[in-house]
Amino acid sequence: MTRRYTPKVVTANRLLAGDAVWLTEDDTWSTDMAEAELIEDEAHAQMRLLHAQSRPHEVVGAYLTDAAPGHDGPRPVHFREEFRTRGPSNRFHGKQAEG
Amino acid sequence: MYAYTDFDEAFVRRRVAQFRGQVARRIDGSLTEDEFKPLRLMNGLYLQLHAYMLRVAIPYGTVSSRQMRQLAMIARRWDKGYGHFTTRQNIQFNWPQLTDVPDILDALADVGMHCIQTSGNTIRNVTADHFAGAAADEIADPRPVAELLRQWSTDHPEFQFLPRKFKIAITGSPTDRAVTRAHDIGLRMIVQNGQPGFEVIVGGGLGRTPMIGKVIRDFLPREDLLPYVEAILGVYNLLGRRDNKFKARIKIAVHEHGIEEITRLVEDRFAAIRPEFTGVDQQILAAIEAQFALPDLRHGPVGAHDRAYAADPVYRSWADTNLTPHRDPEHAIVSVSLKAPGATPGDASAEQMEVLADLAERHGHSELRISHEQNVILPHVHKGDLPAVHAALKAAGLATANIGLASDIIACPGMDYCALATARSIPVAQSIALRLEALKIEHEVGALKIKISGCINACGHHHVGHIGILGLDRAGVETYQITLGGDGTETMALGDRTGPGFAYDEVVPAVERLILAYLELRRTRDETFLDVYRRLGMAPFKAAIYQTERADAA
Repeated sequence: MTRRYTPKVVTANRLLAGDAVWLTEDDTWSTDMAEAELIEDEAHAQMRLLHAQSRPHEVVGAYLTDAAPGHDGPRPVHFREEFRTRGPSNRFHGKQAEG
Repeated sequence: MYAYTDFDEAFVRRRVAQFRGQVARRIDGSLTEDEFKPLRLMNGLYLQLHAYMLRVAIPYGTVSSRQMRQLAMIARRWDKGYGHFTTRQNIQFNWPQLTDVPDILDALADVGMHCIQTSGNTIRNVTADHFAGAAADEIADPRPVAELLRQWSTDHPEFQFLPRKFKIAITGSPTDRAVTRAHDIGLRMIVQNGQPGFEVIVGGGLGRTPMIGKVIRDFLPREDLLPYVEAILGVYNLLGRRDNKFKARIKIAVHEHGIEEITRLVEDRFAAIRPEFTGVDQQILAAIEAQFALPDLRHGPVGAHDRAYAADPVYRSWADTNLTPHRDPEHAIVSVSLKAPGATPGDASAEQMEVLADLAERHGHSELRISHEQNVILPHVHKGDLPAVHAALKAAGLATANIGLASDIIACPGMDYCALATARSIPVAQSIALRLEALKIEHEVGALKIKISGCINACGHHHVGHIGILGLDRAGVETYQITLGGDGTETMALGDRTGPGFAYDEVVPAVERLILAYLELRRTRDETFLDVYRRLGMAPFKAAIYQTERADAA
């Protein structure tokens, strides 16, 4: 029995700044998760992850994570990934401050 | 304070130069991330949720005014204007760029600081009683021994690839403020028949398998320390479980082999290597000790303190909670709380660091300490200067009178920063402190230690909190387990779980119910939360926290 594949995005941290980024359809790294490529096919997800991992000069620790289709683009499912789109809750730093 | 020798200086500079080259080779592609990661960790550089994090060692928690000013400079120039003091007496910068880190390390080296062995499977920064060298209740200053251990362990060729990290804590006072029973090795300075030595404790630790350390030697003569510690490390290096990261700490080796067998192996190893220690270490120790001499304390009238104490209730409240007796009756140890209601436990802005550096310079022999409870200490302040110190702290938002009280909360960075975290800690601490502030009850409640960790690794020491809070991810939801009755002192105990966990927004009301229950249950004002828990056990607190009917109608 096949289960429906949970959509994914590829995410990582940038090598120089260390901030969270997401892989877009046109192979760039975006600091806005909504611009990420939402991957709905498991085989394609593995290909995209391999592609991300072949760019160690740009990012560190690429991985696939669950995402949901949102109004403006993919949005996080898990709270950890939500925090990565925003920054710390104790200080107005990180993505939330970059607008 | 210890001043770097030419050897230390050259060693640290060489390390910075090496790391500069390693960063350049990572960026130009000569090194892969797999190759680079252990190198950056050796230099305290982590990659966290939102950015890199640099962990700077503050050996045995001692830092000078000059060093504190440099930390402020680094926070301002290369970070976002603040630093975070940790439960390991380190400081962490949360936002450095990879390319800036070699420059930061050079700036640290300029003031005799580094990040070496703040990570990795090595002997970590040796921690000590934050009142060392000042406390009235102390047998001897443990810091010269801690410095000797630092020198011995730094780049020790036998111990660079241990099965897992290794933490040593030392106290020179019978009152254990260094949590020695929760370290891989805990050392308690003692005197037996007029001879100074140590009680050696081994195999303590918190984390996923919390264990209270066991005494492996009830009296070790002082001059045997290095060979004995080396023997313990040598035995651990062979026995430690390299097959399973979660079972690799020495506490598991002690648990699996038993303290008797470990003792036998250590004593055998000790007997074998002891003759190799010909006394050079003791000569080095003597030279180090000279650098930790008590500063030249001034003497004079202390009337300013007495007058302020009588006249100003705000000052009196601060003096009652934030001062500790100094070995010299005309002096006091000042604990500066980094726990203003709503503040992040352990965070200090660059401006606050500079205020603290200035105050230490003007009134405290240029010496500061960082406590594992994430506060800053001015260890030697003349009582006549206390009102001026208080006024300056107040102006900088640093005069919160809550040391040892419920809002003096330990919290790890949690999921606001840490890549290992399973839930947030900081906002829980902030909310509890703000709620206590609104209720205005913490001075009535008295001594109460709340400790919060955002994952089972227990950086927030939750197992030894009177109230411990552990944040977990339960099916994609932040969930908090509460433990009661933990104790990190010489009467160490691990907390007991109350039962089912609480959702993020249920934690603060749950803690409030515990505190209100305590106020009802205590017999006198002197009976602390921990006393009541020890007298009555879990039942009445469980009834209060889960709002079930009291089993005991009295």
